[in-house]
Amino acid sequence: MSHIEKNIRELKRLQDIQQLPGWMNSLHPLGKLLVCVIYIITVASVNKYDIVHLILMAVFPVFAFIVGELSIKDGLYRMRMILPLVAFVGIFNPLLDRTILFTIGNMGISGGVVSMFTLIIKGLFTVLSAYILIATTSIDDICYALRCIHVPKILCIVIMLIYRYFDVMAGEADRVTTAYMLRAPRQKGIHYKAWGALVGQWLLRSMDRAEVVYESMMLRGFDGDFKVKKKEICPADVIYPIAWCIVFAVIKFVL
Amino acid sequence: MHMADALVSPAVAGTMYVLATGAAAYSVKKVREENDPKKIPVMGVMGAFVFATQMLNFTIPGTGSSGHLCGGMMLSALLGPFAGFLTMIGVLLVQCLLFADGGLLALGCNVWNMAFYGCFIGALLIWKPLMKKGASKGKIALASILGCVLTLQLGAFSVSLETLLSGVTELPFSVFVATMQPIHLAIGFVEGRITAAVLIFIHEARPELLWGVGSESTVKEGKLSFKNTVIVLAVAAAICGGIVSLFASAFPDGLEWSMENVAGTSELEAAGNAYETAAGIQETTSLLPDYAFKGSESVFGTSFSGIVGALAVVLITVGACYAFKFFKKKDSNSSLA
Repeated sequence: MSHIEKNIRELKRLQDIQQLPGWMNSLHPLGKLLVCVIYIITVASVNKYDIVHLILMAVFPVFAFIVGELSIKDGLYRMRMILPLVAFVGIFNPLLDRTILFTIGNMGISGGVVSMFTLIIKGLFTVLSAYILIATTSIDDICYALRCIHVPKILCIVIMLIYRYFDVMAGEADRVTTAYMLRAPRQKGIHYKAWGALVGQWLLRSMDRAEVVYESMMLRGFDGDFKVKKKEICPADVIYPIAWCIVFAVIKFVL
Repeated sequence: MHMADALVSPAVAGTMYVLATGAAAYSVKKVREENDPKKIPVMGVMGAFVFATQMLNFTIPGTGSSGHLCGGMMLSALLGPFAGFLTMIGVLLVQCLLFADGGLLALGCNVWNMAFYGCFIGALLIWKPLMKKGASKGKIALASILGCVLTLQLGAFSVSLETLLSGVTELPFSVFVATMQPIHLAIGFVEGRITAAVLIFIHEARPELLWGVGSESTVKEGKLSFKNTVIVLAVAAAICGGIVSLFASAFPDGLEWSMENVAGTSELEAAGNAYETAAGIQETTSLLPDYAFKGSESVFGTSFSGIVGALAVVLITVGACYAFKFFKKKDSNSSLA
């Protein structure tokens, strides 16, 4: 299966998970967005040698994966995108920071080893947190939450359109790649000399498609804004972010 | 080049969010001023297009490896810098949420590193001035390659700087920079070539789609305006002061070299109260001795000194020009006549 096909499948899988009738899925998107952002900030602010507090922060992903019935395998699979850079940045820490922080039995654990592990754990938790958000909230709902915090309308519309047309474009990218590979087998990627005509044609088709999209939107009464039904707020929508903020504050400042 | 949340501290992420938000607010204002509702679907579809093309890899000749488009320069050449910048923000946010490529906390950094440089520096300082007198194959190729190489270099340098300021790595700054810059030089060059190939194709097929291309007849004297000249000089001064100064030679300058050969020392010994008092005053008042922070040999001191020095020179020069009335207001009567 090609790289593009994998991405399309991943997207479709995410869309299916978002539609599931779960408790986490039904919460107000603004609360989930706030919890996700506050969690990421709290995790990122943990000291590089403070591995104990960092491990305690696992409480949120553990809760969300159990209650939201999410697949840990899918969550961990997303680490592949950030792992190379995180590993490159952290791998030299054990070599450059040899100060012994504590000992386990007779073995001294250096600051570099601890900071390398905290970096990888931070990477894992932040990726899982973003996965929890997107697996339980659709892009339309995230845009609704962004509008609630006064992110400009134009930006939200562009995000929604990118998302809507992504699978169409990705499908086209897959066809372009397959056609190219059939003509030029055993090549790693498309040769740069072929890009002009190949991608240029595709770009022109995309621009024409944008015209058609605009005309059909106008015919359906588009006036520069998407009409989204206002979501009712229930007690759980308020309790959820407040409770998690208290938990994060206790872990960070009290324990 | 997408940064992960684990690589940035909240302080650095917050600062970059503020900068990215400022650029986004200005872009929203400019796009609103254009008042072209047709542009919104085009931005969305083009964003999806760039997102999809980022999944197509291109071969990097002679290396056996492959890379993918960043897209900022291409979007700006088609939509303009402001709409292009907003579209890139959308692309980066969707990438971060759907495929964990980047992070929510690091979004400000990624917007700055990939969208700001590509759309603002690449489009406004390279594409627009080159296309002012009309487009040609050579000019499109030059603008694309120069734009992609420069903006990727700036982006890669920013990644190193943001990681270092976040304090997550023990890796020395010089090693990090020396690893990041050459890789992105190769990627930038190939990206520039394929961006050029696509834009040349568009220029031949549908030239009206390219942004900022002036026709020969509309060109006046071809001189840079005063405002543009000031902006170009300010950016050049900031780059020279902040970045190029890091690579300044450690060898003595011509005068020091001559003194070393003639007198055996590059510094003159001076004795007396006047010299000691002057040296004392200089020591107390110099904020950045030897182009560095006091008591520190950090490279940021050199960059900071370069930028502060350039700023101070500008302030003193402009102040002196005003003080000695070099800037004279045009006589309204004469202009009317």
